[in-house]
Amino acid sequence: MSISKIWVLAETADSKPTSITLELLTFARGLNATVEAIGWGEGAESAAAEIGNFGATAFNVVTDVNDSLPGVPVAGAIANAVSSGNGPDLLLIGATYDGRDIAARLSAKLNLPVLTNVTGLEQSGEGIIAHHSIFGGTQIAKTKFTTDSTPQIFVVRAKTFTAEAAGGAAATVNTLTAGDLGAVNAAKIVSRHVEERSGPKLDEADVVVSGGRGLSDKANYSLIEELAKLLKGAPGASRAIVDAGWVPYSYQVGQTGKTVKPTVYLACGISGATQHLVGMKNAKNIIAINKDPEAPIFSVADLGIVGDAQKVLPKLIEELKARA
Amino acid sequence: MNVVICVKQIPDPAAPGELDPNTNNLKRDSKLIMDDSDSYGVEMGLQLAESSGGGEVTLVSMAPNSETSGLRTALAMGAGKALLISDEALAGSDALSTAKVLAATIKKAQPDLIIAATESSDGYTGTTPVQLAEILGLPAVTFAKKISVEGSSIKVERQTEAGYDEVSCPLPAVVTVTAGVVEPRYPNFKGIMAAKSKPVEEFKVSDLGLSADEVGNTGARQVVFEVIAAEARQAGEKIVDEGEAHKDIISFLEKLKLI
Ligand SMILES: Cc1cc2nc3c(=O)[nH]c(=O)nc-3n(C[C@H](O)[C@H](O)[C@H](O)COP(=O)(O)OP(=O)(O)OC[C@H]3O[C@@H](n4cnc5c(N)ncnc54)[C@H](O)[C@@H]3O)c2cc1C
Ligand SMILES: Nc1ncnc2c1ncn2[C@@H]1O[C@H](COP(=O)(O)O)[C@@H](O)[C@H]1O
Repeated sequence: MSISKIWVLAETADSKPTSITLELLTFARGLNATVEAIGWGEGAESAAAEIGNFGATAFNVVTDVNDSLPGVPVAGAIANAVSSGNGPDLLLIGATYDGRDIAARLSAKLNLPVLTNVTGLEQSGEGIIAHHSIFGGTQIAKTKFTTDSTPQIFVVRAKTFTAEAAGGAAATVNTLTAGDLGAVNAAKIVSRHVEERSGPKLDEADVVVSGGRGLSDKANYSLIEELAKLLKGAPGASRAIVDAGWVPYSYQVGQTGKTVKPTVYLACGISGATQHLVGMKNAKNIIAINKDPEAPIFSVADLGIVGDAQKVLPKLIEELKARA
Repeated sequence: MNVVICVKQIPDPAAPGELDPNTNNLKRDSKLIMDDSDSYGVEMGLQLAESSGGGEVTLVSMAPNSETSGLRTALAMGAGKALLISDEALAGSDALSTAKVLAATIKKAQPDLIIAATESSDGYTGTTPVQLAEILGLPAVTFAKKISVEGSSIKVERQTEAGYDEVSCPLPAVVTVTAGVVEPRYPNFKGIMAAKSKPVEEFKVSDLGLSADEVGNTGARQVVFEVIAAEARQAGEKIVDEGEAHKDIISFLEKLKLI
């Protein structure tokens, strides 16, 4: 199958393309094809310069999303483009809240399969091959589509590629519309709430400090937040404490949470289950604090501290404060 | 209000996963249990049905070998009945085929609200619920942290990168719930006993008006063609804390020029 046109889902936050968008654009421009971005929302055009800088020649903006959840109208606009013969051969979508909605809607609308949880992509003679990290990242499964129907839809996890600017000119902005989609488009955003989470985003932070069940108590999670703040990093969590309701799902690192690749990952009171490791074992450096010397987290830690996180963390925080 | 809850029955995640060397499908021949991720949806569904003045709570599951043990857990929590789709033709189904099967089954229950988890623990594609919403022609609100019923619509707090959005959506609709948002009840003895006699109605693909090539390995239109070992990471230094280990962390961070 030959690929001549690629669309990358361009998500924006504060009118800037998100890092996953730039990562996907960087990969896409390495393929021998036209690369365009597809996004939505008021003010999205102001991301055109940056999107062009990372290799897209055009930025297709869906203009009638309004207060809808983006899944339905963005998939609708892509489907319109496909049915009028202007769609892409390859559609790269980040594994984000909205990205997954868009991929799923489009897949059902066009009756096309999707490959999800992609952690690597390569071009071969037979088309695009996807990699999926399985069994805690110990193995890689390689998959491909067995149909020539287009677009081929891939939902890619963050940090699969490293974003690098190409120095291209601003992307030309085209507008697309979804049109009237009826009942499926009935979910409307009434209001948006920004939760106080100062500092960098979890999957973009240079330092990630994560806590697990070894913290014993929800109240002790404040140690993680405080340390993350002192290191200008982001706080993260194991699924055990997300399930226990200590912190929201957005904090979760691992197979069913975020993939992070910071300069340093500090795992505090986390056992290192394979499903957690898969989300963080590509960090450049890993520090682990765990009172069990046999905890699996130590098998990936560059610096392992066998000790009580509830004792080590306050001292570490004191020392960092004294230096500030 | 009639509620349908999707319940996936999966191999015990505590047991290490294994691929069938011939097909590269995940092996599912051991006894299956209810996916933990769905226990939140079951709890949420039961609570919403109660608070809106009752109604039927029906479970839907697609699983091999007429498996019901995971469904019995959810029935023991309080759901009234279950619809099960089990057919050899379903082996190797992808998310979209699964969604087609679930959608065709769910139609039979005429629900006002359909609940699923944001992603399953074994497949974790996270696309099935929205695909089934599209097939049923329904709106969907994903990543719900909180749901309340207000007349003929729902209010949902939907997780976002920045915090959450408050979303309003008319019923019928599909909602996916994230883990940890409600405390799933433990089935009590009475519930467990009652679950044994609750109805589980079973369907084949042909009962659903679907053709065999829309599902299973053929319907999936994707293959796992190779599995290779990933690069392993080496362990580094390990220090036992004698009260001063925080200093080792400090010097490690200093070396990286992070402080
Ligand atoms: C399909 C599936 C998907 C999953 N996805 C994810 C995922 O995305 N992310 C994820 O994290 N998990 C995931 N899990 C769950 C995972 O298997 C583990 O259950 C979870 O990561 C455990 O969290 P934990 O390390 O905090 O808790 P535990 O495993 O209970 O570990 C707590 C650790 O703290 C240590 N400890 C106790 N007290 C102290 C102390 N005072 N000081 C220092 N250390 C102490 C203990 O020695 C222990 O090692 C998934 C599971 C399944 C089945
Ligand atoms: N075979 C199935 N039977 C019942 N529900 C399912 C099935 N597969 C997926 N689901 C539902 O869809 C959610 C997302 O699944 P997935 O797309 O596999 O991540 C699951 O958590 C379930 O709630």
